[in-house]
Amino acid sequence: MPVNEPHGAAQAAAPGGATAGARPGTAEWEPRIIGFCCNWCSYAGADLAGTSRLEYPPTVRVIRVPCSGRVNPQFIVRAFQKGADGVLVAGCHPGDCHYSTGNYFTRRRLQVARRFLEYLGIDPRRLRITWISASEGQKFADTVREMTEEVRALGPNRVMRDELWAAN
Amino acid sequence: MKYAYFPGCSLSGTAREYERSTRAVARVLGLELEEIPDWSCCGATSAHATDKLLSLALPARSLARADEMGLDVVAPCAACFNRLRTTVHAVRSDRKVRQEVEEVLGQPYAACSDAYALPDVIVNRHGLDNIVPHLKKSLGGLKVACYYGCLLVRPSAVTAFDDPEDPQTMDRLVRALGGEPVVWPAKTECCGASLSITRTRVVWQLAAQILTAAQKAGAEAIVVACPFCQSNLDMRQVQAQKWSGRRWNIPVYYFTQLLGVALGLPPGELGLESHFVDPLGVLRQKALV
Amino acid sequence: MKRIGVFLCHCGSNIAGTVDIDRLQEAVRRMPGVVYVEQNKYTCSEPGQEQIRKGIKEHRLDRVVVAACSPRMHENTFRRTVESAGLNPYLLEIANVREHCSWVHKDREEATAKAVDLVRRAVAKVVFNRPLQKARIPVEKRALVIGGGIAGIQAALDIADAGHEVWLVEKEPSIGGRMAQLDKTFPTLDCSLCILTPKMVDVAQHPNIRLLTYSQVENVGGYVGNFEVTIRKRARSVDESKCTGCGSCWAKCPHKVPSEFDLGLGQRKVIYVPFPQAVPNKPVIDREHCVYFKTGKCRVCERFCPAGAIDFTQEDELITERFGAIVAATGFDLFDHARYGEYGAGQDPDIISGLHFERLVNASGPTEGKIKRPSDGKVPRSVAFITCVGSRDDHKGISYCSRVCCMYTAKHAILLSEKVPGCRSYVFYMDMRTPGKGYEEFYKRSQEMGTQYVRGRVARIYREGDHLVVQGEDTLLGRKVLVEADMVVLATGITPRRDAGELARTLGISYDQYAFFNEAHPKLRPVETNTAGIYLAGACQGPKDIPDAVAQASGAAAKVTAMFSKDTLTADPLIATVNEAICSGCLWCKPICPYRAIDEKIITERVRGRTVSRRVATVNAGLCQGCGACTVACRDGAMNLLGFSNEQVLAEVEALCR
Repeated sequence: MPVNEPHGAAQAAAPGGATAGARPGTAEWEPRIIGFCCNWCSYAGADLAGTSRLEYPPTVRVIRVPCSGRVNPQFIVRAFQKGADGVLVAGCHPGDCHYSTGNYFTRRRLQVARRFLEYLGIDPRRLRITWISASEGQKFADTVREMTEEVRALGPNRVMRDELWAAN
Repeated sequence: MKYAYFPGCSLSGTAREYERSTRAVARVLGLELEEIPDWSCCGATSAHATDKLLSLALPARSLARADEMGLDVVAPCAACFNRLRTTVHAVRSDRKVRQEVEEVLGQPYAACSDAYALPDVIVNRHGLDNIVPHLKKSLGGLKVACYYGCLLVRPSAVTAFDDPEDPQTMDRLVRALGGEPVVWPAKTECCGASLSITRTRVVWQLAAQILTAAQKAGAEAIVVACPFCQSNLDMRQVQAQKWSGRRWNIPVYYFTQLLGVALGLPPGELGLESHFVDPLGVLRQKALV
Repeated sequence: MKRIGVFLCHCGSNIAGTVDIDRLQEAVRRMPGVVYVEQNKYTCSEPGQEQIRKGIKEHRLDRVVVAACSPRMHENTFRRTVESAGLNPYLLEIANVREHCSWVHKDREEATAKAVDLVRRAVAKVVFNRPLQKARIPVEKRALVIGGGIAGIQAALDIADAGHEVWLVEKEPSIGGRMAQLDKTFPTLDCSLCILTPKMVDVAQHPNIRLLTYSQVENVGGYVGNFEVTIRKRARSVDESKCTGCGSCWAKCPHKVPSEFDLGLGQRKVIYVPFPQAVPNKPVIDREHCVYFKTGKCRVCERFCPAGAIDFTQEDELITERFGAIVAATGFDLFDHARYGEYGAGQDPDIISGLHFERLVNASGPTEGKIKRPSDGKVPRSVAFITCVGSRDDHKGISYCSRVCCMYTAKHAILLSEKVPGCRSYVFYMDMRTPGKGYEEFYKRSQEMGTQYVRGRVARIYREGDHLVVQGEDTLLGRKVLVEADMVVLATGITPRRDAGELARTLGISYDQYAFFNEAHPKLRPVETNTAGIYLAGACQGPKDIPDAVAQASGAAAKVTAMFSKDTLTADPLIATVNEAICSGCLWCKPICPYRAIDEKIITERVRGRTVSRRVATVNAGLCQGCGACTVACRDGAMNLLGFSNEQVLAEVEALCR
């Protein structure tokens, strides 16, 4: 299967696949970003973006975790494996962690994870780690907007999607 | 211990006695000073007022040679020390500065070698324990005001020399030599160094304050570690006396000169003949010469 | 196969206005495991909740997904709903289609597509949800208060008054703390000891309080409701049950040493009570300086004790007790101005700290309240006060404001002008900070009494003959100033206790860069720590004046009594759990846990007919707060987080990526 061929066309047509599901090669391709947000700061920040009606691109889907320190690099790898174009991990600002030290682990672990992704051939810019407090709805919206643009410029993630490997 | 030696321009001009006493003392203490080959002026007092990049590139040229020698640098002159240290700090902390400096130098410069002030090297690094066994004479309770000026201690984040408000390095040395360092308030005041030629009146005023403070604290002598400080307090002392109407007549020594006396070196080898305020009278009183 | 019911909320037009609910319903209906889908106008309303209950019963649902607002809003509401329908409350998931979808997107197509994804995520996750039970932890209704200053005293009295047993542990021979060293208190000029001693006596006499002075907390184990604490009761060399506090011993003791209570300005005997109003009024022998302990001769105190209470053979006693809650109220130390070379490096006897001045001005202090300068006992004619010494000074490594120095300096200036009429006084300040009831007025009063305020940091203080010279700048006039003073009082700042970090590690609570203890939330949980069951009172948490310390102490006491009002605590079941079958016992998880909830245990199992013992990790349900940091550190994948398990998150990831 040539790498630039649209993939998963059948799924794109599946119900709900719509926009973010529109796939490489089609004009409507939009990045699909998986967001891991800690419950205490960043998820609340994303909620605040909602209550403040701050519009941002519908590219990100958020998974709630108790702490950014809960994010196992395996989750990130799995996301890229399954076709995510970008992964956003957001936690409390350093020093503000609800669990005192969780985000320090995040910072160090994901620094390593980023290098690992690079080794796998995935552009490290596809993984973004950021600190968003519960009062930073605007920052959440801005982050999604910036990251969408960045990932859009990088194009679809073609490196380690399951289907590709299966086809080969 | 071996250091790359950066004499600086003053030490072959106004501060020749600093150079001579430094070399003499280093020889006795077994401190090896290897002069940096083809060193150039650090640019002090004028370069950093004119062009920031120039003020970094000038010391960097000599520092790059020290890097090649694989030795840390020691500078007797406080102004040289300050410029060298500033350069090392700037190049280490800012990648862009490093690139610019390397471009000017036409060679890589990674700021591997550290730069230290001479009193720091002799008292803190070489250590009093390695000095005391060599001492031949005691200063006999000579009351000494240790004057550090501004260039050794400021800005403290860059110079990292002792407590910037109350440095004790030379005080500890003087005590070890049998002298009595006085507690006085002007040890880190500025002597007006760079205005010595252009606005001499300012220097008279500042020197008068420093000398008065030393006198009030009961000092019989002042020691310094900077050619500017020495010339402003020594050479300008008569002018400052005329201007202020006060009289001090306090000899101003380089700390290496007093150390040399205690090490039993003859006055001629320490350049004691070249001062303005008689340096020998006080020493004769204590039967040191 | 699970039987999942999905309830789609319109939230009026909040969701339905942007998301096409009918198309969403169509898509959800086809998701695996979904057996029932329903729309509600407002799912959180009573009729909406009733629909969920009905749906669970009629369609025998065993999992529920609600697509509505943020789980931070109504997760608990819907958990109660499913619980009331007989389903375990943790078999519920929420899809946030309002804050994360309808409110942030305008395009109906895009929003609907995203809503489908978000519901699919919840459906995929809920399949792996497991019924969880809230753990019930019994509460030991006994509180430990560490530190017998005003904060500790207040906390102990409040808890004891609520009818609970309290142990108050104090390091010094007497309770009273810093407040006992003060002369007057701002802004009312109440005599500090006059208002403190009644409280100290209350502590001693309270039937619910057990007072342990000259004692320190040595070890803390256990968890909220069930702490196990070892306290070292240091040998007093005096039998407290026999001693009557008559004072013969310290009157007759022939040896004197500098008094810690008077900061070295006065002297005390080697057998001593720190100050006359001490509670308990029973002396200790300072073994380090006692001649008998050094040479084996003396025993004067023993000879003169009418009660036979002196006991040279007494040894330290280790007491272990269980406590349900702990209040840390260990107070502060004073910044040591030896670090200011420009202010004499602590060498000049006439450059003193604010607390020294308190002792000088105190009627029961070393000078009996006469203000005399320490060097020669001369009554000063001119005094300079300098604020922000060891506060707000990045060069000395302390950026924070100590909060009390402006006010206590104003107080000192007032006391000085009352005690030494005609004495000139100068206050060098950076900013005057007077945020408190009556504080600004108090500051004004000190100005009106003749104190001259000079705005600017002092550059240097030096001696010139008989007097000191303060060299500074008046930044309002833009002029250099020189002030001659007979004595200089440095308003030295508040620092944490020197051993604060050590105690914090013993307690398992976090502390900041200076070693002030960290509150759980700087605004909304100011008396709790991140370790459940441990509370903070007073200056150990940050610089504080007396009213604030007392208020926080009462707050901590209220938290403790609220906890003690129940017989058991319920613990959130969303915590880490170990799969012992695959745990290799490496314990990499242990140092990562900020709550020290992970420990090792030995399990015995039968492998191929043989009985073997091996080490595995175990999670303490009382301590674990469910952050999940350990799960990532686990190399075997044995550590998992209930409610956010690896299986659940991976299912969510896959659901969102398809």
